[in-house]
Amino acid sequence: MALADARARVPALTVVPHDPAADAAWLDRIAQGCARYTPLVALDAPDGLILDIAGAAHLFGGEAGLVADAAMRCDRLGMTLRHAFGPTADAARALARHPAPPAPDEAAAIRRLPVAVLELDEEATRALVRAGLKTIGDLANRPMASLAARFGTGAATALRRILGDAPSPLDPRVAPPPVAAERRFAEPLASTPPAMEVLADLMDEAAGQMAERGKGGRAFRATFFRSDGLARTIAVETGQPVRDVATVMRLFAERLDALRDPIDPGFGFDMIRLAVPRLEALGVSQLKLEGGAVRRGDVDALADRLATRLGRGRVRRLCPADTHIPEQAQLELPAADAPRPERWPEPEAGEPPLRPFYLFDPPQPIEVIAEVPDGPPQRFRWRRALHAVRLYEGPERIAAEWWRRRDNKGLTRDYYRVEDVQGRRYWLFRHGLYDEKADPRWYIHGLFA
Amino acid sequence: MRESSSSLAGLRRRVARIAASGAPSVRQSERWLASGHDRFDAALGGGLAAGRIHEFFAADPLDAASAAAFAALLALRGGGEAPLLWLRTADAGRKAGHFYAPGLAELGGDPNRLLLVETGDAKALLAAANDAVRCAGPAAAVVESHGRLPAFDLTAGRRLALGAREAGTTLFLLRIAAEPVPSVAETRWQVAAAPSRELEARAPGAPAFDLLLLRWRAGPAGARWRLEWNRDDQAFRDPALSGALLPLAPRRALEPRGAAAA
Repeated sequence: MALADARARVPALTVVPHDPAADAAWLDRIAQGCARYTPLVALDAPDGLILDIAGAAHLFGGEAGLVADAAMRCDRLGMTLRHAFGPTADAARALARHPAPPAPDEAAAIRRLPVAVLELDEEATRALVRAGLKTIGDLANRPMASLAARFGTGAATALRRILGDAPSPLDPRVAPPPVAAERRFAEPLASTPPAMEVLADLMDEAAGQMAERGKGGRAFRATFFRSDGLARTIAVETGQPVRDVATVMRLFAERLDALRDPIDPGFGFDMIRLAVPRLEALGVSQLKLEGGAVRRGDVDALADRLATRLGRGRVRRLCPADTHIPEQAQLELPAADAPRPERWPEPEAGEPPLRPFYLFDPPQPIEVIAEVPDGPPQRFRWRRALHAVRLYEGPERIAAEWWRRRDNKGLTRDYYRVEDVQGRRYWLFRHGLYDEKADPRWYIHGLFA
Repeated sequence: MRESSSSLAGLRRRVARIAASGAPSVRQSERWLASGHDRFDAALGGGLAAGRIHEFFAADPLDAASAAAFAALLALRGGGEAPLLWLRTADAGRKAGHFYAPGLAELGGDPNRLLLVETGDAKALLAAANDAVRCAGPAAAVVESHGRLPAFDLTAGRRLALGAREAGTTLFLLRIAAEPVPSVAETRWQVAAAPSRELEARAPGAPAFDLLLLRWRAGPAGARWRLEWNRDDQAFRDPALSGALLPLAPRRALEPRGAAAA
């Protein structure tokens, strides 16, 4: 039906453009909230969730209690809930999406489902119905081989999954963490500070679990479940494995301060969970008797704190890269990801520094007066100032990495280390030889100390 | 395990209290960051005091690399494992150039000791500096700033100075394209690149620095130095070993005006 048609029939119609991304985000938020029932929550886009409640339903007074709780929360969000339980994920999904006529038990209900639940293409479904196979039960009575021969193995697999003969694995939204601790409250917490105190208790609990296993956490995830069914997750990372409560809580406090939109308690938090998704070995720390502080640890903690506040990419370490191209010879990596320190190339004794202290990336174009074809620069103009060259050394010729280029080409650079009459040292290069290019440009690439 | 370690910690605190009440402990600030140049260090009573703020003004924006390298070399000189924190704003890379680790390695510093911190603006820069000076681990913290830095007023300076004194961490404040104004810094320097000693075939030599002591809380200011960095000895030394004929005084006067506009 066209929009104009619909508007003509219902003048008061509210029209909202379809926004699949927002729908997906909303489904994800609800899935996050459903983590209160079980850690194994899978998305069934665009509008479904599959929860593995094996061993978890009794916490809510059985399956009926769990559904009542979920329905109450959905109602608060203004949504309608349709649900079904099944022995396998696919069976439950089929039962929820295609309400079957009443049946004495689950197996019978599955056998009464229409063949459309197999989600074959339209033609195949119509062919099945024409052949008189209207329900799953009809199909299950036939030999599986003939179904596979006629409609492909996909159809046979779908049927076996719904019947529970083949496993239907769940792809959880978030993999269950190796260490987790949670607390539920009878009465929701109405503000954030007490919630942070509870989080500190949970961290203490998790630290105990980690200490027993000789591990420390590299990432920590706190999820605050609101009583209306939504949840908010806050995550922090550390550069070294940690299980010290104060350190982690300080990172969480830092993260909270840096949030643009603070956590909104809404009607209050009724559950808080702390998960430690990444563990690394961390031995039992021995305190020094003489009271010497571990100095390295202080700076690591500072780096974690600054990375939490400013963003993890803003605190960096430099790592060597094996290339001759100057601007690619160093990698700036987030301090949390930086690999073990590698040795940098040793400079030759007695030589002045051959690489600049500061590097311009990209290089800045300059105007140069130099002898053609490969004389040193005599004077150059950079940032509107003229510099007369007093001393120079060069050229240091650096070829393009032709073996990495599809066309096997690339301009050669001739680098000159120059000092002007004021005593400042610069790194200039000519991009291209005269037989490579008619009028090669000059650039300044760095400043020496 | 946890019980025993907490009782150990308690004992440790008691021992520390007894030690503190008995003999006066060696104060953190009585350490020095020495340059390795005897006369320079002697004139300053041992070098630049650790646990204090030292300001380095680039004489010209073009001297930024010299001022930065001088601070880095003072902090990293003499090896050790302690990291060097380098704090700058996100636009500094575009203005002054990116920190280049191979260049630091060529000067004899270990780039693996470097921890770069980038902040969005000057306010966040000072906040990060406050955290950095209160951390007892690093060899030094260098805060690189471009322009006037109005957020660094006397209050902010005193807060930084107190933090640095308590933790014993030295703070080098690099001021590029800025005019010296009163502050709480222990020493204030003007740093400029100096002509290097010419090597054979007219090649530029080891880096040389012109230093002018603008202010010193513990003594007279106004001293001028010209130091050359010797990477192989990891020390500063006099540049005129080869009897180089360098004009000393009129250098600034001869400078073209255009350089200041850049």
